[in-house]
Amino acid sequence: MTDTALNTPLPQIKSDYTALVRQRRMYSGIGVAIFIVLMVSGFMVADARNAGGFWDGWHQMLDFPAGVLSEAWEKRANLPGLLWRYLPALVETVNIAIVATLIGVLMGLGLSLLSTRGLALWPGAIPLFRRISDVLRAIPEIVIALVLIFMMGGGPVPAMIAIALHTAGAMGKLYSEVNENADLKPVEGLTSVGAGWMQRMMLGVIPQVAPNYLSYALLRLEINIRASAILGFVGAGGIGYELRNSMTFGMGKFDEAAAIFILLFLTIVIVDQVSSHLRNRLIGPGAH
Amino acid sequence: MTTATIDMTAAKSAADRLIARKRLVAFGVPGIVLVYLTYIFFAFDIPGLADRMRLDNAAILVSDSYSYKTHVTRDNRSGEISVAKEGERRGTYPEGRLPDWVTMTDGGAEIVLPHGHRVTFGPDNTATYVHPDWGTLTLQASRADGVTMSVPEADLPDWVTHSSARVDIRTEAGRLSMTRNRTEVFRYFFGWELFWFTLDSPYHDVGLARILVGERIDPERSNIAGAWHDFWNNAMWRHKEVAWALGETVLMAFLGTFGAAMIALPLAFAAARNFMPVLLVRGLVRRVFDFVRGVDALIWTIILSRAFGPGPLTGALAILVTDSGSFGKLFSEALENVDRKQIEGITSTGAAPVQRYRFGVIPQIMPVLLSQVLYFLESNTRSATIIGAITGGGIGLMITQAIQTQKDWEEVTYYIVLIVLIVIAMDWFSGWLRGRLIGRSQ
Repeated sequence: MTDTALNTPLPQIKSDYTALVRQRRMYSGIGVAIFIVLMVSGFMVADARNAGGFWDGWHQMLDFPAGVLSEAWEKRANLPGLLWRYLPALVETVNIAIVATLIGVLMGLGLSLLSTRGLALWPGAIPLFRRISDVLRAIPEIVIALVLIFMMGGGPVPAMIAIALHTAGAMGKLYSEVNENADLKPVEGLTSVGAGWMQRMMLGVIPQVAPNYLSYALLRLEINIRASAILGFVGAGGIGYELRNSMTFGMGKFDEAAAIFILLFLTIVIVDQVSSHLRNRLIGPGAH
Repeated sequence: MTTATIDMTAAKSAADRLIARKRLVAFGVPGIVLVYLTYIFFAFDIPGLADRMRLDNAAILVSDSYSYKTHVTRDNRSGEISVAKEGERRGTYPEGRLPDWVTMTDGGAEIVLPHGHRVTFGPDNTATYVHPDWGTLTLQASRADGVTMSVPEADLPDWVTHSSARVDIRTEAGRLSMTRNRTEVFRYFFGWELFWFTLDSPYHDVGLARILVGERIDPERSNIAGAWHDFWNNAMWRHKEVAWALGETVLMAFLGTFGAAMIALPLAFAAARNFMPVLLVRGLVRRVFDFVRGVDALIWTIILSRAFGPGPLTGALAILVTDSGSFGKLFSEALENVDRKQIEGITSTGAAPVQRYRFGVIPQIMPVLLSQVLYFLESNTRSATIIGAITGGGIGLMITQAIQTQKDWEEVTYYIVLIVLIVIAMDWFSGWLRGRLIGRSQ
């Protein structure tokens, strides 16, 4: 019991403690102050560089939705027909997302296995595959899509490739985090009976991580449906393209815009609900 | 013994059923995927892709992204000769400062190409191409006959294409094309043209060492200040605008993410079961979160850009609105998982409600909250590029404009490199900040 603290007089402990607390408070105070300065000055810069200012614009925020809604309400008889008319475009958008998720997940699976310590086929190349995932993840889909549109014309294929590449990068990172938690004993067992790399991965790793993989893939599908709608807006087909057309016509075509809004909203909500239900069944509630 | 047998039969049939189901899944799922992909193959018109594919565009894109060409052009009517990078006005060499591989002669010019190739612009609209392995080919442009050649057609090598109106010579060293009105030589160079200084700057083609320590180049101003000014205001690469655009993109992500977090945090209390006993309020707030998330960022962007016009603020608000829904959901889930004991402990010391939240709740949810916010900050840097392309702000706008003009692919490459670097930097920064604020182990 020769604890030094016991030999220190109580008032000194107290003053040390208050000094420590004061220092801590000062640091967090400075942090908060810097944060507030950044937020306020950032807002002012953004406001100054924007075409319309925040204070002039915010009360007009509801004008456009109100215009769309009132026009859609006037022409509500058209709505079922319009919904039916834009259904094929919606199907295309969803198809782009599904195919891109399928391809991207498979590519990401390969990338993740090749970039996880203990599982990689070529351990020396792990940093290379990690950087590949990083770069694929960092390039926004829109850039790849626009470049591909230049090379292969409009249509769903450029959007699909763009989203698939981005998905591959994102999944490469997420899956390799999952892989790191996988038990290596089945892999060792399979190695001891002379299994090849593919067999070790297929039989030793995939069954362990499949529920997590599927859950992430479903989450990605939700994200990709949104991405696919956005890419349509810049010219890659699907419902986003139709939305932009109806928007450029402006007044008089807002019933079409409303129909597309409804379709997009319903699709996103339904896919979100179904996927979160499936994910809860796969890995239990509360995960990712 | 009988019970054991019955159990065995039951277990066996259960196992059989399980195996049959697994077999169905193992063959059925790939089967469905295959059928689906076949449908997609035709729905996306993959067979027609080969026709639509523009391989020449792809070749232009690739070669343009790492190299540039300098044009030496003679107007066949006036006889005027100009030398310009990429044939652009801003890249035109001024009189008397021509590159050393072009020599003006009386009534023409001598152009030296790599690998021993040479082109001579002679008098009377003639041009001679000297190929070291093949020989010499002289072209003549005239108003009456179009373009004629010194060698009969049958003897021409395959790198010459010709019609009566145009002759085109393409070798590994460069390209010479002649029409009735114009004779043009392209020499290709590796790199991005005029990236540092445009031709009208006195610092063009001056080494870095001379700018830093050499004598004053422009008598008006010091070397470093002058060089910085000319670089920063480079009219071709627009470094100043690019830097601002990158700043705008990061600003959109920053304002949007943290603004969303600040709005979502108080609302999340109203959506958490253990803090808001009134079902009606809780349900209402949750539906608001769901609605905001369900109306996609694309739609929010469109609505907001109608009200605020194009610019970074619109992008920031679009991110803010969309993400406050996501944050609201995540934060309220985190709040539902807090430990009541800490709050009770704080309450027992006689703390007021605000103090209870400050010392009992916030420290518990802070790590989850911060790691989510920082994760979103990184992913929103990328979203801000896309939103910028739609609303018109930041690097997203610049890159879509550069792609849509379909000629400055080196600029597109430059912007892509910058975007990748900035996203990776934000990824690293948010990881670092997360490590500093909530410890490495999280």
